[in-house]
Amino acid sequence: MTQYLLSVIHREGEEMPPLEEMQPVIDAVDRFNEKLQAEGAWVFAGGLHPIESATTVDGRGAEPIVTDGPFSESKEWLGGFWVIEAADLDAALAWATEGSRACAAKVEVRPFQSE
Amino acid sequence: MSDDGAARWSSSIEQVYRAEYGRVVASLVRRFGDIDLAEEAAGEALLAAVEKWPTDGIPPNPGGWLTVTAGNRAIDRIRRESRRADKHQQALMIDDTDPRDPTGPVSDDRLRLIFTCCHPALAPEARVALTLKLLGGLGVGEIAAAFLVPETTMAQRLTRAKRKIREARIPYRVPGPDDLARRLDGVLAVVYLVFNEGYLASSGDAPVREELTGEAIRLGRVLRELLPDDPEVAGLLALMLLTEARRAARFAGGELVPLHEQDRGGWDRTLIAEGHALVRECLARNRPGHYQLMAAVNAVHTSAPAAADTDWGQIATLYAQLQAVAPSPVVALNRAVAIAELDGPEVALAEVDRIAEGSPGLAAYHALHATRADLLRRLGRSAEARAAYDKAIETTGNDAERAYLARRRASLAPPGGPATG
Repeated sequence: MTQYLLSVIHREGEEMPPLEEMQPVIDAVDRFNEKLQAEGAWVFAGGLHPIESATTVDGRGAEPIVTDGPFSESKEWLGGFWVIEAADLDAALAWATEGSRACAAKVEVRPFQSE
Repeated sequence: MSDDGAARWSSSIEQVYRAEYGRVVASLVRRFGDIDLAEEAAGEALLAAVEKWPTDGIPPNPGGWLTVTAGNRAIDRIRRESRRADKHQQALMIDDTDPRDPTGPVSDDRLRLIFTCCHPALAPEARVALTLKLLGGLGVGEIAAAFLVPETTMAQRLTRAKRKIREARIPYRVPGPDDLARRLDGVLAVVYLVFNEGYLASSGDAPVREELTGEAIRLGRVLRELLPDDPEVAGLLALMLLTEARRAARFAGGELVPLHEQDRGGWDRTLIAEGHALVRECLARNRPGHYQLMAAVNAVHTSAPAAADTDWGQIATLYAQLQAVAPSPVVALNRAVAIAELDGPEVALAEVDRIAEGSPGLAAYHALHATRADLLRRLGRSAEARAAYDKAIETTGNDAERAYLARRRASLAPPGGPATG
């Protein structure tokens, strides 16, 4: 089994709709999470606050430098993620397809390095 | 042994090796789960063959011999390299739940490997290169030369693709029934891309690169052997055979010869007969698809003893069906060419202009301009035809086609007055 990171990609201009419109998406993601757990593919997952909440820290120098905002100016950023366990890429892509449908956003699939 | 004898041996071993390479590598990949190891072991088996076969003779089942030898070499290598040992012995133990006689029919290993090589998670150019390397047994240098990129670029492309297969765990598996049709489409697209790159080379000096058309047909035959019941697999093979059959007649003196001017005596009748038989089989199945319909169009052309005997009505119908199955402005353009024969150039030109208006992307497509040029020429609109030939010449990358278009342009009435003489 390999662990995969499924990143939910948010695009600039895709602002959060009001809660009543979000409810079907939230329900679909809940159902997807339950399915991941029931089939033993679930490792961890989380949704992130909007990109404006990001703070970047550079601790490589003598003094840490703290800046407001994301690490790169980009029109797309991470909105949330799942960490799943799957037998191979085809299985991971099948989960990603379902996840993308549930959260109504593009999903990037990347394998974790095995230890 | 004389030098001549050694050379003869080396070329017949090379031939056997090339024919069996995909089989050998596919079986080792299944067994060891490691493409690099499989390729290295197959290379060592070739060296062993070069050493043994000239004295012992070519074994009755050379593919089996190469597979067993390569398998042994792979195990030796695993034992030698302790770094790899744990991982591979584990892989061996896991895979032993699916034992298979390595000398027996291992054809479905090749099928698994084709689906790996053509996986949608790989970049399209990497799919083509991997397929030629692992199933066609072509060297990195040959593939690089065929696609006109430096060898180091091609080597990097292959290395990156193999690393992704390993790291992301792209499986060696024939997809399940839910995905099979879609994924098989991807495989057929790769094979057809290889064929087309060879048939109408988009750039470079050679008008046709036979090593690519030949390899695509060989892969098409392998797919046909592995998936005998799939009509699109049969359709693609038929399409390639019927196209290849006309290859020798397509060029004369470095110039492209269009279908209606070709010397039909120069067509390869054996390939045509094989292609026609496949098309008939497809018709009997009655599950039409993109490749089958294109093959059928080619079957109509190759059935006509002379260009004037072409059944244009049937060709227009087939293109209309193709437009329903796989709509594209290129298909619409081809249908318009048939319309020109049925209803005249004026009706066809109106159709072509309507298609071009609806698909601005076609402006960079040389066949649009070549078709317009021909229709305008037939309508006696020489100045417009000349402009269209100019555009066609500008947008084609193929020297032989450029030569043909230039000749047609030169045959137009000179600008500023009617033709004389």
